[in-house]
Amino acid sequence: MLARRSDLQLEGDAAGRFLPWVIAVMVFLAALALAGGLGLGKALAGWDQSLKGSLTAQIVDAGGTPAPEKVQAALVLLSGTPGVEMARALDRHAVEALLEPWLGQANLTPDLPIPTLIEVRLEPGASLSTAALARRLEAAVPGARLDDDRTWLAPLIHLTEALRALAAGIVVLVGLATIAMVIFATRAGLAVHREVIAVLHLIGAHDGYIARQFQSHTLWLALKGGLPGLAAAALVLLALRGLGGGMQAALLPPVTLGTGAIAALVLVPLVAALLAVLTARFTVLGTLRQMP
Amino acid sequence: MEVESSGLVRFENVGMRYGRGPEVLRDVNFHLEAGSFHFLTGASGAGKSSLLKLLYLAHRPSRGIVTLFGQDLTAAGRAALPGLRRRIGVVFQDFRLIAHLSAFDNVALPLRILGLREEAVQAQVAELLAWVGLGDHLAARPATLSGGEQQRVAIARAVIGRPQLLLADEPTGNVDPDLAQRLMHLFLELNRLGTTIVIATHDEHLVAGTGRPVLRLAGGELRLLPLPHEAR
Ligand SMILES: Nc1ncnc2c1ncn2[C@@H]1O[C@H](COP(=O)(O)OP(=O)(O)OP(=O)(O)O)[C@@H](O)[C@H]1O
Ligand SMILES: [Mg+2]
Repeated sequence: MLARRSDLQLEGDAAGRFLPWVIAVMVFLAALALAGGLGLGKALAGWDQSLKGSLTAQIVDAGGTPAPEKVQAALVLLSGTPGVEMARALDRHAVEALLEPWLGQANLTPDLPIPTLIEVRLEPGASLSTAALARRLEAAVPGARLDDDRTWLAPLIHLTEALRALAAGIVVLVGLATIAMVIFATRAGLAVHREVIAVLHLIGAHDGYIARQFQSHTLWLALKGGLPGLAAAALVLLALRGLGGGMQAALLPPVTLGTGAIAALVLVPLVAALLAVLTARFTVLGTLRQMP
Repeated sequence: MEVESSGLVRFENVGMRYGRGPEVLRDVNFHLEAGSFHFLTGASGAGKSSLLKLLYLAHRPSRGIVTLFGQDLTAAGRAALPGLRRRIGVVFQDFRLIAHLSAFDNVALPLRILGLREEAVQAQVAELLAWVGLGDHLAARPATLSGGEQQRVAIARAVIGRPQLLLADEPTGNVDPDLAQRLMHLFLELNRLGTTIVIATHDEHLVAGTGRPVLRLAGGELRLLPLPHEAR
């Protein structure tokens, strides 16, 4: 497949010098865009998963810690609502642990008015209106509030979806640009080697014989560019992961790549090579067909 | 009218021009029997190479009908050409050897295009190149060979695929009379084995020596000259 000897001696062409670079850059960009898109997709699914089934209620009392009766009333109301699987008040220690990174140990004095948090887990597939439940809760228990985590996440989810569409668009554009460059390089090669191609034709070569020489040469150039391009993208992704490691305590599940995504990344230079080879083939066949 | 199948090549009222230029060939009528041997003569610029271009399908006639191997070329599409060309061997006037390929690889080309196994290619090419006296130059690039050596590479490339029709354009133009005689013997031998041969030349000496029929081009028209013994 990677026969370096060719009747056309395509190895000396200008394309041999610029095409690997172009394809390296294209594979690099496509791999990063794909990694971004797939990573965000996975994060999105993760966020959805962890947020879909849960609500948080908080009960605030200006005077200090809310009265246990209030908390009890809220728990009863929440637990009795159809679609709620479980409602559980977090004890003061758990809430303090949540606040500590923000306030610091020293500021967490026992007299600090800390709201009581109630974790509400919904039944899977429950269809209850959080807005209606919030109104009922606020009416029944003064100082209570119900947060639907999805509400504050919505803009983030929309942004993520837009970024994923952008990543997909980049991958498509990079693919089209690669096709255009290969068409250009192949046409140039056909023009440079017109005389030898004419001789091959006169000896009885089919267009396919000539196309195959361009194909194997293009495959070689594409891999020569694509594999280093992928390696560069992998280094960048590893570096980004290193930076992201400092965000362990982030509020959201991390953006990571699964094995499927990694396999997809490894496929990028191979798909690019396949695209380049097919483009070279159809360019040669299309151009030669117009010859007498 | 001859029987359709008897001719390997048949030209009927064929005209040819380059682009929009004047006709370089006019009303050419002739046919070649399978196994025949013809010389094609005419002054420089008479159209010998042009007529051969029609025969090896590098050019289409501007009018008239060309029939090759019983197939009407006006009806033949592009896809039919490689199959026909594989039955034709050509020694081009300017050789058209591929500059970056060795003598060996140039001669091997027709066999590789046919998809022959590499062992068969190696054996046949080495044998033929040895036969034309180039056994010591297998790896030489054409540019490092003399004109006569290049010509022999070109001839070897033309005959390696055992063509049914061999067309040679001035195949003895660059060689000394001795080698010219040897090459003529090669062509006669191939003809004896059944190859139909057309040799374009203005070497009257070469023509006279063999007593083979001569097609003469003049003023764009083709005439079959009477054989010497018939003229007498
Ligand atoms: N590619 C071309 N484009 C335009 N005109 C051409 C071309 N090739 C040949 N001609 C013209 O066609 C005529 C016949 O040329 P051709 O090469 O067939 O002559 P020839 O008999 O082979 O001559 P020679 O003996 O010098 O090789 C000439 O007038 C030439 O100028
Ligand atoms: Mg000529």
